[in-house]
Amino acid sequence: MNALTSGSGRQGGSDTLKITRYQLRDVLRSRWILLYGIFFVLLTDLLFRFGGSGERVILSLLNVVLIGIPLVSIVLGAMYMYASREFTEMLLAHPVRRRSLFLGLFAGLSVPMSVAFVLGTALPYLAHGGGADGGWVPLAFLLGTGVALTLVFIALSFLVAVSTEDRIRGLGLCLGAWIAFAVVYDAVILMAIYLLGDFPLERPVIALSMLNPVDLARILLLLEFDISALMGFTGALFRDFFGGIGGRLAAMGALLAWLAVPFALGMRSFGRKNF
Amino acid sequence: MNASPKAPAPPTGAGAGTAALRVEKLSKRFGRLRVLDALDLDIEAGRTTAILGPNGAGKTTLIKSLLGLVIPDSGTITVAGVRLDGSPEYRRRIGYMPQIARYPDNLTAREILAMVSDLRGNPAGTDETLVNELQLEGELDKPFRTLSGGNRQKVSALLALRFRPEILFLDEPTAGLDPVSSSVLKDRLLRERAEGRTLVLTSHVMAEVQELADTVVYLLDGRIHFRESVESLMGSTGEASLERAIARRITARVVA
Repeated sequence: MNALTSGSGRQGGSDTLKITRYQLRDVLRSRWILLYGIFFVLLTDLLFRFGGSGERVILSLLNVVLIGIPLVSIVLGAMYMYASREFTEMLLAHPVRRRSLFLGLFAGLSVPMSVAFVLGTALPYLAHGGGADGGWVPLAFLLGTGVALTLVFIALSFLVAVSTEDRIRGLGLCLGAWIAFAVVYDAVILMAIYLLGDFPLERPVIALSMLNPVDLARILLLLEFDISALMGFTGALFRDFFGGIGGRLAAMGALLAWLAVPFALGMRSFGRKNF
Repeated sequence: MNASPKAPAPPTGAGAGTAALRVEKLSKRFGRLRVLDALDLDIEAGRTTAILGPNGAGKTTLIKSLLGLVIPDSGTITVAGVRLDGSPEYRRRIGYMPQIARYPDNLTAREILAMVSDLRGNPAGTDETLVNELQLEGELDKPFRTLSGGNRQKVSALLALRFRPEILFLDEPTAGLDPVSSSVLKDRLLRERAEGRTLVLTSHVMAEVQELADTVVYLLDGRIHFRESVESLMGSTGEASLERAIARRITARVVA
């Protein structure tokens, strides 16, 4: 009977695609992913109706992207992973590699969330003519950064959910991480600059910004829009460092590391987990 | 009820009488808690073994170790001649019916069945008789979240049985099932055994164990307290029910 099944040399990659396909179907049918996409449609549309130009809309969307996407991604990521717990156990009793399953779960959530954000923002933006006169360039940067933040915060949520058995604790940790990156971090930097303003803080502040994916995303976007003056005290400094090709690559590299490291740690933890 | 003793294991199947599953010096700790303590166990091929014991005795951890879901600290497990090393291939030969069936809310049962079949390489010759026997056909195209607890259990049973695995692991298989479905499932499990498959189950219903199992393995504090055939348990204690026989056996041990 078992001879009927295919050979043993099957690739993990194809299992990942199979799992992704069904997870996608599940997520795309859920109400919240629809709401998430519609939220961006309504927001972008409203900003155009009240604000006017494409540039101003992008600036208003910027804060939603920097604060909202990390929050929604990390919370939904953790809830999705915890909700998949029994399903994961069942699938792992079949010939599936843990690595393939982890990848499939990740793609099954991050693809629809990224698509909902990109389409939800781009469609009304282009419909209102925001893409004219090179207006699509800042849009492209905003979308790219938003997708990067989506992936980073889903990876973080998976790491937390896989390594924290207790759901309430896991969700608490996720919210804590978000508050730390989005709120507390800025306060600490401001405090440091205020208290230690007499010392040369340039290098430490640049180093610190590498430790926060939200800050990295903000720096990359603000530099792109040439409004680094909005960053205040360290604006000029940041422009000197991050404005060049080297600095920009450093920021992108650091953001990539924020995706790769939590993802790899989460996958490793998933591979060793007792289900 | 089904008072007739189970038929002797036929000589066909995965070599009746030999060990389908061998556990050697299996240990597992969760933090400070020692859940399995250098446990040795052979599970005979072509028979039904019930793993019993009080809550926290290590039943679930043992079964999950056999499935590769829990990674033991030390010791070895050999399933159907293959030593478990984390590679997934041996799981082609097993089926698992978990105690709780919670699958993606927005997929239908049919999609979940198709997904698992895809992952197993869509083998030919799957056994779908349970769909009719459990009257599941009308439920297969509803979103999973709308299914009742009993119907979810039935989908789980189907997932475990339709690929005709050599070894079946069943965690409280009839919990949440109505009497008719429960009987259908038990008949099916008896048939699986008659066809030479190896079954490992846990249950809190001793009448069910008496009906289905050949051997009882009783766990206590991560060790095997006793392991005895149902026949001999009943015979040696002179009790009419397995529940009483086991109770007597345990108290006898404690006194002795």
